[in-house]
Amino acid sequence: MSKKLNAVIIGPGNIGTDLLMKMKRSEWIEPVWMVGIDPDSEGLKRAREMGIKTTAEGVDGVLPHVLDDDIRIAFDATSAYVHAENSRKLNEKGVIMIDLTPAAIGPFCVPPVNLKEHTTDLKMNVNMVTCGGQATIPMVAAVSRVQPVEYGEIVATVSSRSVGPGTRQNIDEFTRTTSGAVEKVGGAKKGKAIIIINPAEPPLIMRDTIHCLTEGEPDIEAITQSVHDMVADVQKYVPGYKLVNGPIFDGRKVSVFMEVEGLGDFLPKYAGNLDIMTAAGLRTAEMIAEEVAAGNTHLPERGE
Amino acid sequence: MDLQGKTALSGIKVKLHDMSLRDGMHAKQHQISLDEMVSIATALDEAGMPLIEVTHGDGLGGSSLNYGFPAHTDEEYLSAVIPKMKNAKISALQLPGIGTLDHLRMAKDVGVSCIRVATHCTEADVSEQHIGMSAKMEMDTVGFLMMAHMVSPEKILEQAKLMEHYGANCIYMTDSAGYMLPAEVTEKIGLLRSELNANTEIGFHGHHNLAMGIANSLAAIEAGAARIDGSVAGLGAGAGNTPLEVFVAVLDRMGVESGVDLYKIMDVAEDRVVPIMDQPIRLDRDALTLGYAGVYSSFLLFAKRAEAKYGIQARDILVELGRRGTVGGQEDMIEDLALTMAKEKGLI
Repeated sequence: MSKKLNAVIIGPGNIGTDLLMKMKRSEWIEPVWMVGIDPDSEGLKRAREMGIKTTAEGVDGVLPHVLDDDIRIAFDATSAYVHAENSRKLNEKGVIMIDLTPAAIGPFCVPPVNLKEHTTDLKMNVNMVTCGGQATIPMVAAVSRVQPVEYGEIVATVSSRSVGPGTRQNIDEFTRTTSGAVEKVGGAKKGKAIIIINPAEPPLIMRDTIHCLTEGEPDIEAITQSVHDMVADVQKYVPGYKLVNGPIFDGRKVSVFMEVEGLGDFLPKYAGNLDIMTAAGLRTAEMIAEEVAAGNTHLPERGE
Repeated sequence: MDLQGKTALSGIKVKLHDMSLRDGMHAKQHQISLDEMVSIATALDEAGMPLIEVTHGDGLGGSSLNYGFPAHTDEEYLSAVIPKMKNAKISALQLPGIGTLDHLRMAKDVGVSCIRVATHCTEADVSEQHIGMSAKMEMDTVGFLMMAHMVSPEKILEQAKLMEHYGANCIYMTDSAGYMLPAEVTEKIGLLRSELNANTEIGFHGHHNLAMGIANSLAAIEAGAARIDGSVAGLGAGAGNTPLEVFVAVLDRMGVESGVDLYKIMDVAEDRVVPIMDQPIRLDRDALTLGYAGVYSSFLLFAKRAEAKYGIQARDILVELGRRGTVGGQEDMIEDLALTMAKEKGLI
């Protein structure tokens, strides 16, 4: 039996296509289906050309094939509005859902910080927070694992071209989901998130600033080491994750300045914000597959 | 004595909107006290100022390490000022991506009458939720297009139409960098006036970084703007906003009706606003650089602090920020860039 787990991607847009390209290289996850809602969509056409089965009937179009094709993992790259229904239908069939929308009905997952918890105690739905969250929460956690963080704040600046209509119509969701995860995953007692969209041409590479207020004087040496270690952990799945400046210490304030360049698979390299989402989503699924193969965890029983 | 000359604008009415307690928060590093707020706002009300903005410099929810923690919350400032107003209406600024719908609900609950939803001049489509909710709550709803010098009149119009469609009853063309000269204001405001719905008001918000605050505001009125932002004693980011006591005097001379009492607003400027300034609001070389290079006005004090900390001239930092096409809200770029420049020069 192959160690690879078969997967379905829902949403053949920029994120779904980029994810598919990354997945084609994966040793642990095999892309089998791409789900869309428009039979003429470019994304479904691209998926077919890459040898993937497609349906334009939404999630319902893939449900009859879940058992025959042994689909174990689903990635939802649609929108928060339809995610809950997609997740419910696939979970019923015993498919684990990795949520790339900001719906956040399952627990937050930021791979270098808390992936291990979710794979040993397998959840049916894990949420990948937001692009800004994936890029910044590892840094908040790098500080909070050294000493308590009273307040964590992140500023994500992304190129206008990399922000799709879904995010634009509900930008509050980015702010709310990210600040929640700065607390729950990053370990800050209070979190805040800010997003800035910049239309400069050529497009700017995603930038992120992370500020933390520590409780008591910051341990400069330990925090600096922890930040560098965490950068190296993220670089394992996002090679373009770069520490530009910092950590800088000013009283109890610790500041870190990052840049995130993507791999340029389907999305351009400047869109590190989208790339870090697809890479984190795939990394999560791979970790599940690895743990299953090692016998450390078990896939859910199949539903009817 | 008749000081008024007959002008093309004689008899026109214009609504002034004071920024000293919001844009002025930048110049005060968001540390205006509640007593100072109430004192200035009540005196402005008494002088006949119809609209006064009260918010963190970066709008509702702007309280942050990135922009600065204020002396008091937006809710505390608004709750202190609003009950004291006899005629003036209080507005609040909101930037999607920083402030949220929860902040808008709070503002409505404490009695704010006017919500101004601000986006970069090319990103109006992030404002749909916020403009929509403000309009639904039947507030005076303004779409505020920032850094409008960076794009063409046609692009401004396209973005203004989005905001109008979402429910804004007034659209501002905002010279956040104080970069524009009057001809540009005329062209941009003129196009908005001719193409937007006749019942949509047009507004102009200037900065005085090239000393064009008054001239640009007059150009805006001539081109059809019905609302003009300014700040008593100019208290605002960069070299400040259009100084309102000066503008009221000019409008009086031109026969434009603002409804604001000149001597009273002169006294507010002199007796209440100038005494609270941390530094004179003037066109020093760094503020001039903002206007010359087209950089967001609230970057000024951040660049000065970076100069003091890292030994890189604020002017050099600001010019580079302009070259990189930074937009409002990117204050975090300033320390980042100063660090990079200091490393390149071997200073750290």
